[in-house]
Formats: sequence, C-alpha cells, structure tokens
Amino acid sequence: MSVDTTLLTDVLARATARGASAADGFLIEEQSFSASVRLGQVDTVTHSREQRLALRVFAGRASAAASTSDFSRVSLERVVDEATALARVTTEDPHAGLPDPAELVDGVPDLGLEDHEGPDPTPEEKIELARRAEAAALEADPRITNSEGAEYFDRRAHYAYATSHGFARAYSTSSFGLSVSPVAGKDGEMQRDSWYTYARRRRALDAPESVGRTAAARALRRLGARKVKTTEVPVIFDPDTAATLLRSIAAAASGPSLYRRASFLFERLGSRIAAPAVTIVDDGLLPGALGSRPFDGEGLPTRRSVVVGEGTLRSYLLDTYSARKLGLHSTHHASRDGAGVSVGTTNLMLLAGPTNPAELIGSVKQGLYVTELIGFGVNGVTGDYSRGAAGLWIEDGQLAYPVEEVTVAGNLLEMFDRIDGIGNDLALRDRVASPTLKIARMVVAGE
Amino acid sequence: MTDKVARTRPESFFSDRFNVTPPLMERLLGNNLLGRVDDADIYLEYRVNEELVLEENVVKKASRHVSQGAGVRAQSGPRTGYAHTDDLAIGNLEEAARQARAIADRAGRSGVVAVPGHGRPHDLYTLAEPPIVTELARKLDLMRRIDAACRAADARVTQVIVSLTSEDVVMLIATASGWTVGDVRPLTRLNVTAIAEEGGRREIGSYGGGGRVAFDFYLDAERWKWFASEAARQATLKLAAVDAPAGAMTVVLGPGWPGILLHEAIGHGLEGDFNRKGVSAFAGRVGQKVASELVTVVDDGTIANRRGSLNVDDEGTPTGRNVLIENGILRGYMQDRLNARLMGQTPTGNGRRESYAHPPLPRMTNTFMLAGQEDPRDIVRSVKHGLYAVNFGGGQVDITSGKFVFSASEAYLIEDGQVTRPVKGATLIGNGPDALTRVSRVGHDLALDEGVGTCGKDGQSVPVGVGLPTIRLDGMTVGGTAVASSGAIRER
Repeated sequence: MSVDTTLLTDVLARATARGASAADGFLIEEQSFSASVRLGQVDTVTHSREQRLALRVFAGRASAAASTSDFSRVSLERVVDEATALARVTTEDPHAGLPDPAELVDGVPDLGLEDHEGPDPTPEEKIELARRAEAAALEADPRITNSEGAEYFDRRAHYAYATSHGFARAYSTSSFGLSVSPVAGKDGEMQRDSWYTYARRRRALDAPESVGRTAAARALRRLGARKVKTTEVPVIFDPDTAATLLRSIAAAASGPSLYRRASFLFERLGSRIAAPAVTIVDDGLLPGALGSRPFDGEGLPTRRSVVVGEGTLRSYLLDTYSARKLGLHSTHHASRDGAGVSVGTTNLMLLAGPTNPAELIGSVKQGLYVTELIGFGVNGVTGDYSRGAAGLWIEDGQLAYPVEEVTVAGNLLEMFDRIDGIGNDLALRDRVASPTLKIARMVVAGE
Repeated sequence: MTDKVARTRPESFFSDRFNVTPPLMERLLGNNLLGRVDDADIYLEYRVNEELVLEENVVKKASRHVSQGAGVRAQSGPRTGYAHTDDLAIGNLEEAARQARAIADRAGRSGVVAVPGHGRPHDLYTLAEPPIVTELARKLDLMRRIDAACRAADARVTQVIVSLTSEDVVMLIATASGWTVGDVRPLTRLNVTAIAEEGGRREIGSYGGGGRVAFDFYLDAERWKWFASEAARQATLKLAAVDAPAGAMTVVLGPGWPGILLHEAIGHGLEGDFNRKGVSAFAGRVGQKVASELVTVVDDGTIANRRGSLNVDDEGTPTGRNVLIENGILRGYMQDRLNARLMGQTPTGNGRRESYAHPPLPRMTNTFMLAGQEDPRDIVRSVKHGLYAVNFGGGQVDITSGKFVFSASEAYLIEDGQVTRPVKGATLIGNGPDALTRVSRVGHDLALDEGVGTCGKDGQSVPVGVGLPTIRLDGMTVGGTAVASSGAIRER
C-alpha cells in the first residue's frame, strides 16, 4: 500500500514559511486488533486506530520538536507554530541539524515487511487462534490449573519521513503475534510462565498448539522451586534472558549515553570488551525480520553493522546529532518515537557458536541455568549488574531442580569477558536475539 | 499562544472543541449498548505534554505533544470489548461503539446494568497556574540555575542533565448508568541527573520530584537546590562505594521512596484482577495474617497535589483511602468496576488507564505504610551487621509466585549498629506473602516520596506515589557480589 506524504510536505512547507531554516517530520498511521481469551472465554477485544505526526524544526542551530494526533488543519497549524516558536527560545547548538541530503536513502528497498496474503480473517477466526493456544496449554498436564489467558494481536502501520529539502519516502509494515500465560499449581504453590510467537507475516507464526504446549512446559518446570545458598558458580542464560544482556550492551554503545560519558563503553571503541568468541551485529536489512526497516528515523539507509567483532568493540550506534558530538559519522540508527530523535537498534544479534545448549549445561558441575530475570538492577555507567532470577539448578551436568528468589550479580564487562560457551541455537524470534550463553562465574545470592 | 486547556470545564471543553456533548455520549451508549451489556462507558481525553531537557547547559530538547482520543467500552460478564480512535468525529465514535458492542453480540446474553454508587469527586489539585502554562523562560532559567548549583555542589561533577515535564489532561467519562464526570489533571516532574568522575571511575546519581502542583512548587523552600545537591551527592558518594554484600541479612529501609517495597511486595498482588482470576499469591487471603502486626498499609488517592492522586479514577469513581493491611491482617483488594462487579465488591476508585487507547485496570494510587512508634536511630542501632538502604531505582514482581525485586541506588553497610561505608547498587529480592511478616521495627518518621513514581502493568504506565517510615526487615536476600566470609566485605 502506498503512503501519502502530502500531509507531511504541507506541514514542512508551513514551518519554513514561519521562519524555520530546516525541518523534518515523521508520520505514523496504524490500525491494530487484539483479542484475549481466558479459560476458553473471550476476555477483552480491542480495536484501535492511531496516527501521529512528529515534527522537528530548526532555527539556525537551535531546534525544537512537537507532535500531535489531531490532523485537523487548525491543530496541525498550531503544532507548526508552537514548534517554530519553541525553536526560537532554545539555545544554539553547533551540532544540531539534519543529515547531509546526499546521504539520504535513494530507493526504498522492499524488505518484505508487509503481509499481502489473502483477506484479513474475521475477529472470530483470530479469537479462535488464541483459544487454541490456551487450550493446548490447559490440556498439556493436569497440573496446569489456571491461566492468565492467551492473546492474539495484529497491527498494520504506515511510516513516512520527509524533510524541508524536498525528500519524502514511505513504507508499510505488518506484524502478528500470539502469546499464552498458563499457571501451574501443586500443593498450594503457583507458577506462571509464558511463550509467544511474533512475525511480520501471519503464516510465519508458530502453530497455536505448539505455543501453548511450550508455555505449559515452561510453567510446569518451575513447580517445586526453591532458593539456593549464596555462592559463586557458572551461570548459563537461556536465549531470551541472554538477549536482555545484548540490550544492555546496545544501550551502552548508543550515542546519547556516550557523549554524556554515561556509559561503561565510553572511549572503548577499538578495544576488547568481550571474549574473542563474541560477535554482535545489528542488521536492519534482513528480509521479513521484525526489526528491519528501509531507512532510519532521519531518512538514512539501513545497513548491517558489526557492533562487536570477535570480542572487540567495532562500532557505536549513532544518530546524526550524537555522531557529530563525538566527531564520528551516523551509523544510521536514528529512531523516531514521537518525542524527537533517539537511537534504536534494528535486528540485534549475538552470532551463534558451535555448541549444543545441552553440552553447555553438561559442562557445568554446579551452576544456575537462568530462564527469567526481573528488576532494573543494571547500571549503564559502570556496568554493575544485579537482577532477580529464576531458573533451574545444574548438578553434575544435568538440570536438577527449579530455583527462584535468587539474584545474579557481576559487572557486564566482566560477564562478557567471561563468556566461555556460546550455543548453536540462535533464532531471530524478536528484534533482539541471542543463542544460549555460558558465563564462567557470577555471584548467585540466595539463603 | 499557549493553549489554556487547564482552566476549562471538561464538559464544555469537548463540546466546544469537538462537538461531543454529554447528551451525544449518552445517545451513543444508549442506542448501541444499554440493555445488552452489564456495563459500558465512553472516555474522552485531551492531553498536552511539554518536555524540556537541559544538558551541558544547552537546551537539548524542547518538545510539545498533543494527543486526543476516545475509548468506548462494553462489558458483558467477564468480557470486555474496547475500541478507541484518535479522531473524535461522530462517525468514528459510532464505529468504535459498534466494535465495542460486538463483544456483547458474541456473548449471546443480555445482562443487567450494574450501577455502583457514585460519590462526589474530590477537588485535590485546582491550581491558579497549572505548570503547562507557566512561561518557558521561567522554566529554562530555573533549569540553568539547577545546572550551576549541581556543578557547584561538587567539583567532581562533570555532566548535569536537567529535565522538566509538564502535562495537562482533560478527561470526561459517561457511563451507561447516566453518570457523566470530568476532571482536569495537571502534572509536573523535575529530574536532575549528575555524572561524577574521579580517578578514571565514573558514577551516576539522580534526584527529583513533582506532583499535581504549580511550577512554584520547585521554588518553595528552594526545593530545586535540594534536588541539585542530592543528585551531586548520590553520584559522588558512589565513587567511593564498595561491593554490596550477597546473601540473606537484616535490612533497614529509610523513609519515603523505599516504600516501593510495598508497591512490589504486596501492592500489585492486591489488585482485583489478579485475585478475581485466582492468579495472585494473595488470592482468597482476605482476613488472614500476611504481615507483622506492626504493619498497616493504605492506598490513598485523595491526598492533595500528590502525583498518585485523582479526583475521580478513569472510570469516574471517586478515589478513596483504602486500607489494604491493618495490623498485619489483609483487609481488601483494590478494584475497578469490572472486577468489583464480578467479585461482588464495591469499586474502590482504583480503575486507571494510561490513556484513551487503553482499557482501565485496577491500579495503585499512593501506597504507604502508617508510622510506628520507634526512633529511626534506634532501629539502625539494633542491627549488628546489615544493610541500610535509603534510595531505590525500579522494582518488579511476579504476581503469581509472589517473588519481587527492588534495586537500591543508595545503600550503606551497618556495622555494629553504625551506618558505615556506601555500597554499590544491589537488587533486593523477596517473597510478597512473607516479606512483611519480617518487619520487626517500624519508625515514627513516615514520609511520602518526592513525586517521581511511574508504574507499568500490561504495557500501561500511570503516575503513582509510595511512602514508608524507617523499618527493619529480618532475613532479606541482598544481591550484591561480595560473598561474605566471616563477615568481611571485599574491597575493589
């Protein structure tokens, strides 16, 4: 579907007419549907329609931003006038400005981000997918005693970007998802876990029954969980929890953290920050992937960046402003969130290693296999790390019993340096993905 | 130029600006919904938000956002149909009502409209000048003074980031029972972040506050200076911090923001939806002992000018002061209309939503523990070896297993009854249903937080408050990296 960029270009024209020296704008229009089912009954069905226009205005080297969801002429005019007035009272900043027009994306590549297949199923058919997923979880074992429900959602969105220099490009995406959260119970104990499938195309979703059975197995294996004694042992992160470690690396490698000197990766470009087996890439051009996009939030073409290559920090993640502040070039990681420009990753992955995850577990005499992390105990300035964890205790190379109410703690730089096992199980199920990771030792606090 | 939204009555605001009048809202509900569902409402919202960021003494961000929309909800039994649109044209509202009503068609039954009693809305935050209308120049001037004060507080401060957000929300809700009520909600928050460096070590500290208050709140008693010096103090303090201890120990929590313990350990577990579904670790435990008899916890949405307060909740129910735990006994849950109806209880004024784009859920307002008798200094002196934690970052809970965490950002060792060395940030972990049974002493120094809390649930963020007197907890697990051997703490 083509996206009309006229509205945007009209708004930018008004901004220059009101005295802006330059301006850019990002437009998002989306329609979404979600349905949740609990214990076989429909719980909540939501239909939504949203739109937002985000505008950035420059008065020389001073800038301001504004956004609105009201596209009436009066409201759009007010937004433009407010942004240009705001820009006049803010301070000059020598690094502020749009990217060089010569570097903007030329053609918009078709990355297969939109599902074109068949007519949209009816709400009843969508609800049935959630019902089937939850039913599979409930039927998996008599110890699945309750459920927080299953949810299906789909979303179609159109994005357009334009600058006052006359650049205007647009693209469309779709996404679909299904998740289930069953509760396992035994002798008064209750444990909840969940599983999900998420894709750009409806047909790429996992079967509802498979999602339900996996969710049930995850909840069941937590029954009988206990604390362990405080100790320092090898810790293995499953792919989903390992992916959260990558998010922390990306946050520390992002331009705004760096120019504020608020990052444990400050002045580390070109130096070793991880074990030599670790390579982390951000690839925004993978066809059909959830994080792919043809251009970034400033119209710069998306690319594949090696962030960490064989343990060495190869690239930061930069938008135009943070790059200029650091005396570097944008890495085309600008992201627009309605509140201006920030830095965001596309498909961020730690590349797979050679080892079967079962072998990684088999190599540990006493240790923790982490399947869930909670809390916000990550210090992005120092890399100090302390989070709540749940998982399974490893005894003589076997998953022995479930563990809860413990913390895992260390420092991210030490943790990445101590990675001594990388699984061969990388699967891009979300925008950030990792294989199973083994860290030689961390402090597990419990009793 | 400024849109003086805040001085308007909600009813006339939406009818003047969008031609959406209370009679029209009633007609949409009446024609489409009444008699076929158990409950229904239309929620209108208009929000203006301003965000200013000063960094390196330069205005890095100045932005203004306007959003508006309507959410229509129909409920039948436990089922909810929800549709929202950001285009307030009548045709779109009719379409949203039709989509929401589909839930009732699927349910295939007609119910009775439940009409809970309505009280009078409160008047907790009428301001002569709401913060959104205060002129930009005054705001930027204060932010520059804060930058200077923070740098002046300690020579090791190398970076200062000051952010100031101001917001005004006008809401109007019409329910199927013919009750229409509106609210105008100002909100502001000031935050100061300092980065300090010394000998190649870098640390971050931040402090701030706010509420449903005027901009002058920051000038009163030179509160801004306090925020600036606290941010600098927190950052520089950590430069000398030793590794936090690891393992079970006695923890003393200071007054105010450490009340996040209550929010995570018991607050979420006492929200009606999780209990109606039987997935909370507190389900079916009203009347049982869940805390030490020293503990009384309330959720109070009626405190004037607080960040978590509301005149009416987002379903039109006036907020209340609800006792959750009284002398250790669980007294009740926090309810929205749906879960109250299904559990045969009364709505407690805790039905909240992030915006028109979200259906309401039972949520907290300002949650705190009542003061006890003890001198806080005696509480610290009663501990031989332990942790004294006075400031926290975020927290999180697994409602079903009851396990919760909250992360200390300012904490000290207690050695022989004395507060000694600062330790690095560490996560504290516990089990909700038994954490408050470990409270062995409660101080007389109840304080509410400065007005900085935001709570997330099901992808919806709402402003909340917490509060706590100094308390002692026995046998909490502290997630540091220093594994104690005969009580010695490893220095780095």
